[in-house]
Amino acid sequence: MVEVRAKAPFRPSVGSTDVLLRELVAHLRENRTQLREEWARRITEAKLLTAMTPDEIFAEATAVYDNYLEALETGSIEALETYARNLSERIIPRGVETHEVVGIVLLLRDVLARSLFARYRADFTELNRVQDAYEPAANRIANTVAVGFVQERERVIRQQQEAIRELSTPVLPVRERLLILPIIGIIDPQRARQLTEQLLRGIRVNRAKVVVIDITGVPAMDASVANHLVQTVEASRLLGATVIVTGLSAEIAQTLVNIGVDLGKMNTVGDLQGGIEEAERLLGYKVLPIPDPSNNHA
Amino acid sequence: MPVPILKQRDYLIASIQAALNDEDLKKLREALVAQVGEFRSRGVIVDITALDVVDSFAVRTLRDLAHMSRLRGAETVIVGIQPEVAFAMVQLGLTLEGVAAALDLEEGLTYLDRKTKERARTK
Repeated sequence: MVEVRAKAPFRPSVGSTDVLLRELVAHLRENRTQLREEWARRITEAKLLTAMTPDEIFAEATAVYDNYLEALETGSIEALETYARNLSERIIPRGVETHEVVGIVLLLRDVLARSLFARYRADFTELNRVQDAYEPAANRIANTVAVGFVQERERVIRQQQEAIRELSTPVLPVRERLLILPIIGIIDPQRARQLTEQLLRGIRVNRAKVVVIDITGVPAMDASVANHLVQTVEASRLLGATVIVTGLSAEIAQTLVNIGVDLGKMNTVGDLQGGIEEAERLLGYKVLPIPDPSNNHA
Repeated sequence: MPVPILKQRDYLIASIQAALNDEDLKKLREALVAQVGEFRSRGVIVDITALDVVDSFAVRTLRDLAHMSRLRGAETVIVGIQPEVAFAMVQLGLTLEGVAAALDLEEGLTYLDRKTKERARTK
């Protein structure tokens, strides 16, 4: 090994790296069928991409293989970047994990490196130069694909968070000075904060006297969120509004009692209908049925 | 900076226009408690719309003011607390318990009218 290094004193210049890479690519193209099958076999062996059928894996493997060689040959990773993004878009919804994507690219890198070892094993000097040319390019490709995948994932997550946030907290004026705030889904601390902000702003803008917060659609609540709810009720009072909380599920009621939230300050009514009736009473409204004219004659 | 106190029918209205230091707050409290007796007022409104920060001393002073003027026969209502201020106060545990709050001056007046009417009825 030491002897080999001593025998290869020069670093290959850029020009010769290019020539060498082209030679490598030619070699890898020649053995395309065999290497591709080897790769697909090793993917299955390593239990990667289990969400996909063997046929799908083979099809993707072929496409990745060709893109990989092209990136090696031209040194341009743009096409590969685009492909990696497309691939991620297709496979993320199917539950493919980051480690699987990184895994298959590293496997391909390994399969190709082994093939190169086999081809150049007669001449160590040459093999060293081949490695010098191949390794950096291969690393860059692996990097590109992995980063592309993670970025796509993050984009999807961001998009979903945004969607949730937009759907999150409507503050609805129902009558003069009466607001309803229906909450659906899990409340995390960030959402709780946003909810409070919107409610307090809503009270201000609509000059609300009474607010009904309906949590029928909230499956569970932890201590910090429960406390946040109590704080929201208190803050609303400081703005001169009374808050009625409706639709507490049995689980939430138990949680609230167990964690010892001070319920004395909370005005709770069983369901939204009862809450609105209570609010109307507080505001001095009285809802009466319109008398049926036919009854007058009776 | 002294806070102007306006007499309006049976009520005293103190409208805070700028951030106050502890000394100013104490003076305001003393002036209001004194004037409640002087003008035989039935209600006090403190408008803090202009305050961006309300600390524990301010909250304590306002609460004391409410309790003191109640002892002298006047109901107190704090109006114009900003939404952000309200939430910050609650998070710090400064909830002004036992003190009435209303959205703005108009609401405060409505509240006091109702309160004094209730009191007249029970008498």
